[in-house]
This record gives sequence, C-alpha cells and structure tokens, in this order.
Amino acid sequence: MSESLLFTILIISAIGIASAVILYITARKFYVYEDPRIDRVEEALPSANCGGCGYAGCRAFAESIVKDNTLENKFCPVGGNEVMDNVAQIMGLVAEQNAPRTAVVRCNGTCEHRPKTKHYEGVQTCAIAAMHYGGETDCSYGCLGFGDCCVVCDFDAIHMNPSTGLPEVDDEKCVACGACVKACPKNLIELRKQMPKYRKIYVACRNTDKGGPAKKACSVACIGCSLCEKECKYDAITIANNLAFIDSDKCKLCRKCVAVCPTHAIIEENFPPPKEKPVGENKPEAAEA
Amino acid sequence: MNKVLTIAPSPHIIQGDSVNKIMFRVIFALLPALAWSFLAFGLPAVYLTLVSILTCVLAEWLIQKYMLKTEPSVKDGSAILTGVLLAMNLPAGIPLWMVVIGALVSIGIGKMAFGGLGQNLFNPALVGRVFLLISFPVPMTSWPNVTQTGVDAVTEATPLGLLKEGLKSGTPLSELTSTLPDHANLFFGNISGSMGEISALLLLLGFLYLLIRKVISWHIPITVLGTIFLFTGILWLVKPDQYIDPLFHILTGGAMLGALFMATDMVTSPMTKKGQVLYAAGIGIITVCIRIWGAYPEGISFAILIMNAFTPLINNYIKPKRFGEKQHGKA
Amino acid sequence: MLKTFKKGGVHPPENKRSADKSIEALPQPDIATILVAQHIGAPSKILVSKGETIRVGQLIAQSSGFVSTNIHSSVSGKVARIDTVSDVSGYKKEAVIIQVAGDEWLDTIDRSDELITESILDARAITDKILEAGIVGLGGATFPTHVKLMPPPGMKAEVLIINGVECEPFLTSDHRLMLEKGEEILVGTRLLMKALGVKRAVIGIENNKSDAIRNFRILGAKYPGIEVCALRVKYPQGGEKQLIKAVTGREVPSGALPVAVGAVVNNVGTVFAVYEAVMKNKPLIERIVTVTGNSLSKPSNFKVRIGSPVRQLIDAAGGLPDDTARVISGGPMMGKALPSVDVPVSKGTSGILVLSEKEGHRKAVKNCIRCGRCVGVCPMGLEPYLLMTLSEKRLWEKAEAEKVMDCIECGSCSFTCPSNRPLLDHIRLGKLSVGNLIRSRK
Repeated sequence: MSESLLFTILIISAIGIASAVILYITARKFYVYEDPRIDRVEEALPSANCGGCGYAGCRAFAESIVKDNTLENKFCPVGGNEVMDNVAQIMGLVAEQNAPRTAVVRCNGTCEHRPKTKHYEGVQTCAIAAMHYGGETDCSYGCLGFGDCCVVCDFDAIHMNPSTGLPEVDDEKCVACGACVKACPKNLIELRKQMPKYRKIYVACRNTDKGGPAKKACSVACIGCSLCEKECKYDAITIANNLAFIDSDKCKLCRKCVAVCPTHAIIEENFPPPKEKPVGENKPEAAEA
Repeated sequence: MNKVLTIAPSPHIIQGDSVNKIMFRVIFALLPALAWSFLAFGLPAVYLTLVSILTCVLAEWLIQKYMLKTEPSVKDGSAILTGVLLAMNLPAGIPLWMVVIGALVSIGIGKMAFGGLGQNLFNPALVGRVFLLISFPVPMTSWPNVTQTGVDAVTEATPLGLLKEGLKSGTPLSELTSTLPDHANLFFGNISGSMGEISALLLLLGFLYLLIRKVISWHIPITVLGTIFLFTGILWLVKPDQYIDPLFHILTGGAMLGALFMATDMVTSPMTKKGQVLYAAGIGIITVCIRIWGAYPEGISFAILIMNAFTPLINNYIKPKRFGEKQHGKA
Repeated sequence: MLKTFKKGGVHPPENKRSADKSIEALPQPDIATILVAQHIGAPSKILVSKGETIRVGQLIAQSSGFVSTNIHSSVSGKVARIDTVSDVSGYKKEAVIIQVAGDEWLDTIDRSDELITESILDARAITDKILEAGIVGLGGATFPTHVKLMPPPGMKAEVLIINGVECEPFLTSDHRLMLEKGEEILVGTRLLMKALGVKRAVIGIENNKSDAIRNFRILGAKYPGIEVCALRVKYPQGGEKQLIKAVTGREVPSGALPVAVGAVVNNVGTVFAVYEAVMKNKPLIERIVTVTGNSLSKPSNFKVRIGSPVRQLIDAAGGLPDDTARVISGGPMMGKALPSVDVPVSKGTSGILVLSEKEGHRKAVKNCIRCGRCVGVCPMGLEPYLLMTLSEKRLWEKAEAEKVMDCIECGSCSFTCPSNRPLLDHIRLGKLSVGNLIRSRK
C-alpha cells in the first residue's frame, strides 16, 4: 500500500473513533431520564396529533397522563373509550367511560332561506369576514360560508355543501376533537352526545334578535315563540334571548318539537320519514298510547 | 331603492400598479441594450433572444397547466423578462439547443421548483446561465467579435478574459493595457462579451428610466458598483503595475448588467434598504475576489447567486427602524 | 421647507371635489336613530323610555364609566322605541329611535351665531363641560375628549396640536369648517389650552388647503400662543403619531400615549364642538359630513343632525347613482363600507363616499413578488408582508414580536401592493388575535 493511502486510512479512522467517543460522552452527559411509560402510552394513542384532548399533540398528552398520574379529565376523543382503556391498563388506573360525541352545525341559513343582501369582497375566510361584518345576509349570527371549519378538520369529517352554502358533518368520521368549534367565529358548531343511528334533533339557529327581524332575515329562523318549550315533556328545551336551545342530554328524540315549530327552525336528522296517517282514521295512536 | 352594495375592509382604493406593469417596464428598460446587441451580433442574437423568450414562456405555461394544474400566469410577464435576461447573459454564438436547455433550467428549476413567482430563492436567469457555463464551458466562453455576423465569426476573449490570461502568462500590465479596449470603447460597447453586457451606456439609460419610474431604487446598483470600484481602486493604488484601474473593472464583464438588472431582481433581494446595501456590498466584494484571485475571469453571476442565498437571513435580522423605537436599543 | 413625517407614506389622488362647497344645513330627518355606542369605551346607559317627549339637546343616555360619554338627542319629538339596529358593521347595536316632531330646543342652548371669545370657567370646569356635552374625537376615532384632557399621573402636556390635516382623499368637512368657523376654532383652541394648562398650540394643516392656512394666519394674530404649521401633503399625515412627529419632531414610543411625549392632539371638528359646548351650552348633536364621490351629481358638505339616515344625505347630494358599488362611511383609505344606506349617521361619521363599479371592486390577488413596497410605505416601520404571512400561519407570538400591535391600520400597505394582496385584512386579524393573547396572559 502506498504511504498516502495508509496515511488517509489512519486519519479517517482516527476521526471516526474520535467522533464516536465524543458522541458517547455527550450522550451520557446530557442524558435525560424519561419515564418509560410515556413512550408506551404514546404508542397506545392514535397519533392523530389533533389537539382534541386539549394538549399539544399525542406526546404532550402522554406526558401529562404520566406526570399527573391520573386519568381524570383526560380523554382522547379520536381513540375513544377503547384507547383510554388500553392506556389505563398501562398506567394501572381506571379510565372514565365517556359517551362518544359528534359535531352539529346549528345554522340552516341556506341561500334559499337566507337571501344575500350584500356582496363581500374581502379575504374569503370566516375569521376575517366576522371581524368586519355580520356576513352577506341580514342575519349577522349565521354561517358565513367560507369554510374555516372545513380547513381545520384533520379527519375529513366536515365539508361545505356548495348548493346550500353550509358545512355538513360526516358523523362516521367525526371524532369530536373540537377543532371546528374553535375555528367558527360565530360559535355555530356544538359538540353533543352521539345518539344511536346518528340521530340528532337541534335548533338550527343562533339568532338572538326579536322574532320579526329574525324571520325577515331568514325564513327558518328561531323566533323565540316558545311553542317547542311548552310541547317538550322532558324539559329539554329552554328559551333565552329569543332563542330556543335543546339540551341533548335530556332530549329523548320524540320529535314533537320539530312538528310544532312554526318556522321549521328545529332540524331532525337520520330519522325515517313520519308515518302517513290514512284519511278518516280516528286517532288510533291515542288509543294505543 | 335597495341596491346590493359591496362590502370589504378598508382600504377601498388602490394605487393601481401591478406585477404586469412592473415586468414590462423592466423589459422596456432593457430594450436599448438588447437592440445594440442585435446590431452588434446580427441575426444569431435575434434568434437567440426569441428562442429564449419562447422557451421560458412555454415552459412556464406547460408546467403550470399540466404539472401543477393551476391557472397559467404567463400574462404577468415574468417569464418573458427571465427569457430576455437569460439571453442577455449568453454569448451570441451559442447553439440554440443550449439556449433551450438554459431556459428550461431557468424556469423549471430556478423558478417553478420553488413554487412559482415570488417564491424562488435564486435569480432564475442566473441559475440558467451558471448551469450552462458549468455544463458547456467552451461555447459559453467563446465570444463573437462585435459587428461580425454569422456563426463562424471570429471569436476572441472578453477584455476581462484577456486581462486574466495575460496576467497568468506573466505579461506585465503595462504591455497588456495596449491590447485591451480603452474606456470609451468599453462604455459605448465596441467590445466582445455576452449579449447584454457590452454597452454600459445603454444599460445605464435603461437604469435611469427605472429609477425615474420608481421601479427600483438606487441602493443596490450604486452599492455594487461602488464596492467593486472601491476595492479594485484600493488594489490599483497599492500596486498599479499588477492591478488594472477600477473604471476598467466596473465597465467590463457583467458588472453593469449584473449590478443594474440582475442584482436588483425584487424576488431575490432583501426587502429593507439597509438589507439591500449589505447584500449589494457582499456582491461587490465577492465579485472582486473572484476576478482577482479566482479561476474565472468574471465572477458577478456567482457573487449574485451566493448573496441570493443570504437574502432570507438578511431579511430575518435586518428590520426597518420601528416608529417610536430608540436608535440603539429596545423600543 | 414644509414639515412632514419622514418614514413611509403614500400619495393617493386627492379628489377634493367638494372643497369649494360651503356647508349646507340639512333638514331634520323624519326618524332619528341615535346609537348608544358612538364612542370608544363603554356604551352609555339609556335614560329615556318609549313614548317620552324629547327636546333637542336633551340628555338621553349617560356616560357609564371613565372612558365613556353622554349622548344627547339631536331632534325633538317622541321616543318611538328602544331597539337594536344594524350599524356600520352589519351587527346590531342598541339605539334610541325618535319620531321627529317640530324643532324644540332646550332653553339653555344659545342658538345664535354671535362669536363669544371670553370664558370665566377654569380648567376643571371646562373639562367637565366637555364631558357633559358628550364630546368625542370627531376625526373618526371617537375617543372621549375629556379623557384626553386628564393625562395619567406623572405625565404633563406641553403642546396642544390641532389636527386640520384631513389627509384622506375626498373628505373636505374639516377644510370648510376651518374656512367658515375659523375664529370659533381659535377660541375653542384657547379653551382647550386652558383645560390642559399648556401655553403653546399648533394647528397642523396640509398644504393643499392654503386658503385655510392663510385664514388662520390672519385671524391668529389676535391669539398669541397659537401657531399654524403648514405640512407636506402625504397620507397619513393626519395620523396622531405622524402629526406629532411632523410638528414636534418627537416619536411616541410603542404602546405609549401621545401625552408621554407632551403632546395632545384634537381634530378641528372636536375643537369647534368644544367651543359650542363651553360658550353656547350646546351638546354634540350635529356635525359636518362630506358627501362625495366621482359619480355623485352634487358633492357637498352638510351640517347633519346625529341619527339621520345616510340615505337622506345621499339623496340631498343628488341621489345614489345606478352604478354604485360601495358606499363608504369615512374616507377611502380607512373608512368602513356600509352594508346598506339605511344606517344612521353617528358622531364618528366624517364623510359618505360613493364609489362606482369602476372604482369600487378589488382586483385578483397574486403572489407576493417581494418588491418591498409595503415595507417602504409603512409609516410605523413594520413589515406588512411578513405580518400577513404570520397571520395566515397563525403564528401569533411571532406576530407580537414583529410589533403587529403598533399598526395604525392606515391602509398604505394594501394600497400600494402591486399584487393586490389583502395585507391589512390579515394584519387586523393578527392584531385581534394578539390582543386576545395579551389579555389572556393577565
């Protein structure tokens, strides 16, 4: 072997060995002890990093569980009860069972129901439009239609319907992480308990104006007439500020309020169509009930 | 009457300038120098320019429409400008297929790969030119003589090239200067060089137009030329028998073209005036270093590309003085 | 050499179509809608109820805190109802709606035009009268004036600056007021000087109003201590900080009040209202509004009762043209586009501007070409292109570090951008979010 070759091999080897030694020493000197459970908990989590748990990502959630050593108020909406049970096993704790939730968009102000009375030309995002104006219609509480909620969803669970101009939630994909709730500047999206067969009954309106102006702006606005509140046998409906609100925990999905609402502001979703009563029959249901 | 009014946040009026107008003003400013190159080098120059422009525009249009699937934006004139600038950086005699490659590299790699207009880090025309220089060094350094037409024109080295070769082979400077063009010829453009760099006078005319129309400011060009002048001046004063005078330096090579049109490219230069002066000074210094001590006779293309890489750093650290902030210290 | 502020600024076309139109008093509206939140600060508390008979100048809503002020009726008649109405923003705000009948004024108000130059009131009494009269900054900011006259402890005013700049294109209400009520303004200035305890006042006027400058120089001979400073025409010279810099050479530090550098700034309209309040016992019930636009047939300057519908003003100026795209409350650089012409005039309405289809639409947004013009024109030394990017990426802490809160929202950046980028829209979102962030830290 020529001298220069030998020399080169020696130098390179020396650099390699020196680097290895330095790396080893620094790794030992700056070693930070981390509870091995953090890694195990993190593996059990779905790695969506959506922030639905209230922490900055799955790793931060895992760290908080291990450091606080409790599962109280810690719930991963994406993984649900199954994942929390796995985490509980790792930690040797018991997980609270939480009912699955879903998102509901409380506005039905489609282009038909809520005509446009002005034309907005600013940046087409809800955050900026809401800062300056109450939207392109006379209802300043309703959906602005620019889709900030759709942009933030990590799970492809909410999309704008181009014919109605409103967002629609895909219940199968929605994990109730809450990102759309935070994104909506009008606070139109609500997280509520998921009912069997994805059935929902809700007041699709957030307009707190008096009945007259509300109805003028949108034909399906809630006018605060209280007919639904009187009809509900389960005390699930409250009226405040000219607006009705259905508490989903108390609601038994009987649909009586939907029938009674004069402006059709209350929406039912995923129900079979109501049975047709044949003409002439003398209230057979009353006899049965 | 219930008219549907338009609402939008303020301001409700605009100055009315557009990207389009800016691009075409720069192209207009380049026309005198371009016209001189057509006169000087004849039809090959015309074909070269046309091929360069057409390839740039077509490349941008095809990439945007079929690869990126967005609305093509060739109407904004930036591809045409890149085509013109690339052509002006090339020797008039190079084969047209090389021009096509250069244009494809300029637009495809220099501009589109970064995200299109406004997103590129390096000057696209220079990316194309340097690519060609390194891939095809001989054709890229064969400069046809002025007022000769046809592809088999006699080629000779540029004044800078002559200088470098001469000094390397040991000829003393005093002998060399008699073989080099005098300052008047350098100024008016009776020399050989790339298509755009030969006439300092016409380039300066274009620059004046841009200054008056407020398209660019004086900071970058004056600082680049000033720095080159300063440092070559110092060297000349110290050793006049080894280093040629600073006026020669700023009139030769791509110094004028580079300082006035390439370094002032808005996308790749810093946003604040202070930052621009620093950037331009860097270009000047690196150019002088390459010219005096480097292997290439001309270094401004490389200098600009190197300083382009520093632009984001300069933008990050050199901020304008905030209103209400004390000169040195926190607000 | 005319004085000016050195940093930034743009030169929009002046379009002062109504500069030679003297002030016309507009008749009372049929229904007056008086909002209870026409100022910065807490909305006022309503004192009247439905059916009550009201006279012009009567107090109908009371100040509800230190940074708040009184609201008076500008018409006489009966209170039709107290309701929420759509204001400039399209959102509903509370208002007192009065069915107008007759023109009965309170007996205490002196309605004559006679000039009164002397007042026996001391500084405290003057400030109290200003608070009672419900006077706010009429330049458009509507900051309660009495608050400006009571600097925080430790700070003392040295100079009073009167803002006669009117740098917004199209607007001429301040110009006409300075020409027609010049001496009243000087008396008002002297009252404010007494209230603040300063010996020096400077009236800043842009050089395109040379007749007003001459007028003040002639009248001002009788009023020692008040100088006139002619300023170079540049937008936004009328911004408080820029005006202080041009007149005194001092820069108000970031986040501080102007009184920190010894200056207090008031608009000429406000000064005239102060004169009327102190000398004539007249509360703030009417103001001068310029109604203008390139497509309007009769651009004018009207003296308008607060609460009149904007529709009435436009009709008096020749009617809304068919090709109208936008109707702006204020000037074209900082004004607010109205969602309809049925909104009421409030204390901050300095002008109504009609923009036609040709002028009033935004152009397509292109990529940022890094030209740096926005940085060059920003009068506060900010980098709008960077603030827009940070706002789009929601990096609020970085935006705070880049001093987004210093932005005065003058609009010079969006005005000058060759790519039509909506810089100010995003910067405003940044200011809102950073403001929320700062509040949540406390």
